[in-house]
Amino acid sequence: MEAGLKPKGRERLTLWLMLTPTLIGLTFGVLGSILATLVLSFTKWDLLTPPQWTGLSNYVALFTDQKFSRALLNTFKFSALYVPSVIVVSLLVAILLNRKIRGLGAFRTIYFLPAVTSAVAAALVWNMIFAKDTGILNAIIGVFGGSRLCWICSDHILTSVLIVNVWGAIGEGMIIFLAGLTAIPREYYEAAAIDGANEVRKFFRITLPLITPSIFFMTIIATINAFQAYDYIYMLTRRGQGDSSFPVIVYSIYRNAWNFFNYGGASAQAIELAILVIALMGLYFWLERRYVFYE
Amino acid sequence: MNRKPMTLQRQKLLLDIVTYSVLVLGAILMLGPFLWMVSTSFKLPADQFGHSLIPPTPTLQNFQALFAVDIGYPNLFFNSTYISLLITAGQILTCAMAAFCFAVVHFRGRDLLFTLLLVTLMIPAQVTLIPNFIIFKWLHLIGTAVPLWLPAFWGGAFGTFLLRQYFLTVPRELVDASRIDGASLFQIFWKVYLPLAKPALAALAIFTFQGAWNDLLHPLIYLPGVPNTTLTVGLAFFQQQLILGGKYTVLMAGALTSILPLLLVFLVAQKQFIEGIALTGVKR
Repeated sequence: MEAGLKPKGRERLTLWLMLTPTLIGLTFGVLGSILATLVLSFTKWDLLTPPQWTGLSNYVALFTDQKFSRALLNTFKFSALYVPSVIVVSLLVAILLNRKIRGLGAFRTIYFLPAVTSAVAAALVWNMIFAKDTGILNAIIGVFGGSRLCWICSDHILTSVLIVNVWGAIGEGMIIFLAGLTAIPREYYEAAAIDGANEVRKFFRITLPLITPSIFFMTIIATINAFQAYDYIYMLTRRGQGDSSFPVIVYSIYRNAWNFFNYGGASAQAIELAILVIALMGLYFWLERRYVFYE
Repeated sequence: MNRKPMTLQRQKLLLDIVTYSVLVLGAILMLGPFLWMVSTSFKLPADQFGHSLIPPTPTLQNFQALFAVDIGYPNLFFNSTYISLLITAGQILTCAMAAFCFAVVHFRGRDLLFTLLLVTLMIPAQVTLIPNFIIFKWLHLIGTAVPLWLPAFWGGAFGTFLLRQYFLTVPRELVDASRIDGASLFQIFWKVYLPLAKPALAALAIFTFQGAWNDLLHPLIYLPGVPNTTLTVGLAFFQQQLILGGKYTVLMAGALTSILPLLLVFLVAQKQFIEGIALTGVKR
């Protein structure tokens, strides 16, 4: 007896009909689009006049374009800080919420709320909180004798963008880590307790090695999110609100295509973004074989 | 003999104190922006920059202002609702069918196809955005909601992955039993697997609805004009206008009402929501 369902006769037709939407999406929506973007990246096209084949010039332009270099650098800076921050903070919250304490449900709900909220709505209130002269954050800092900071100016914009993005991502990370933590057999901790291990030792010897799959999974999710982070950054750094500016790759793609009608250049940037993400994923999966522990 | 339990007990007490302190402090940080949003939305414009959490003179005028003609809030709300619902319906239907095929049915090329689908999860959406935009422009569909919801009916890697994870946990004996009863492939999907997968379907529905409701990039590109755009883009647009007019309070009322439906759904269906995320992380 073989497990699973083997379609017979006319059922083969049913099977492929059921898969049709996904196949269309995969072929045209994703793979076809990637190919089209790749082709477009070698052209100059404003959608109105016929596209011109320009070879590698869009890519060459990326290396000399100061604005894009800044966007690239910002994206890397942001990702390098965002990924570890999200992992450490949500793991800490998950560990605390994995203990038998009162108000567990309430705490989980509260920590999850930002993850449900729209980034646009949340960013509106964060803008108020960060405001230099009127914001509550500077008022609180003032109470402790600190001086007012311009949170959405170029000096501190990276910090502000980071705070808001991590705030919005803790909920999801917490749940993923909680799922990993509850899967660890209790007996391990009981055995360690009999051997006289303290909490710190238990964490490094049992918890950490056993949740490496969750950490790996979160690293992937957080990296993908970091490289595509857009809405909070867009909302926090738009013009008209002081001199805040924090261009990232996605913003650069958007500006190029929909503000400057430079679809070829934007395509080259999109391809570059994809190559970076894929390269990082390759690195992660290489590291996974060495450091991730599957039972 | 007496020393060891004592130290363990003290260790536990210390741990409890640390746990509660950190959690309460964190909860304040997580909730703070929401409290500020609620507080400001009930303040008079004159009090908008005051730092008291309780509005000195509570008012509902900010919520009334949303219904002013130039903002057109009800229309934006309606647009967000029907677009998000269509997207959700499309995703549930197509992802469930594909997930069933990948989880239960044996066919040639299945694993290759599924791997390909998973790989596309890692491709940034921006890569596919430009050609999709061009196609919809050729079809003269820019400025309509079609480009927003139609792709949802082409399936999706995330939803398919999520539901497949759930379908894999359904006991195989059910398939065999249904086969003996003479059920066809589609009947097994429709009458056995779909009803069993209600929690996972609910989770995906909430996720998808939330994602669609909160999306900024796609509506910004496909529906840039204010009267027929979504609530999210509308709010982003009014940000500049209202701030220039010194009406943060109206902006907060708009922001609050825009997240209220999602918060309500979340509070009601928390279990599904959380299980949905947990599902994606556990089994690989």
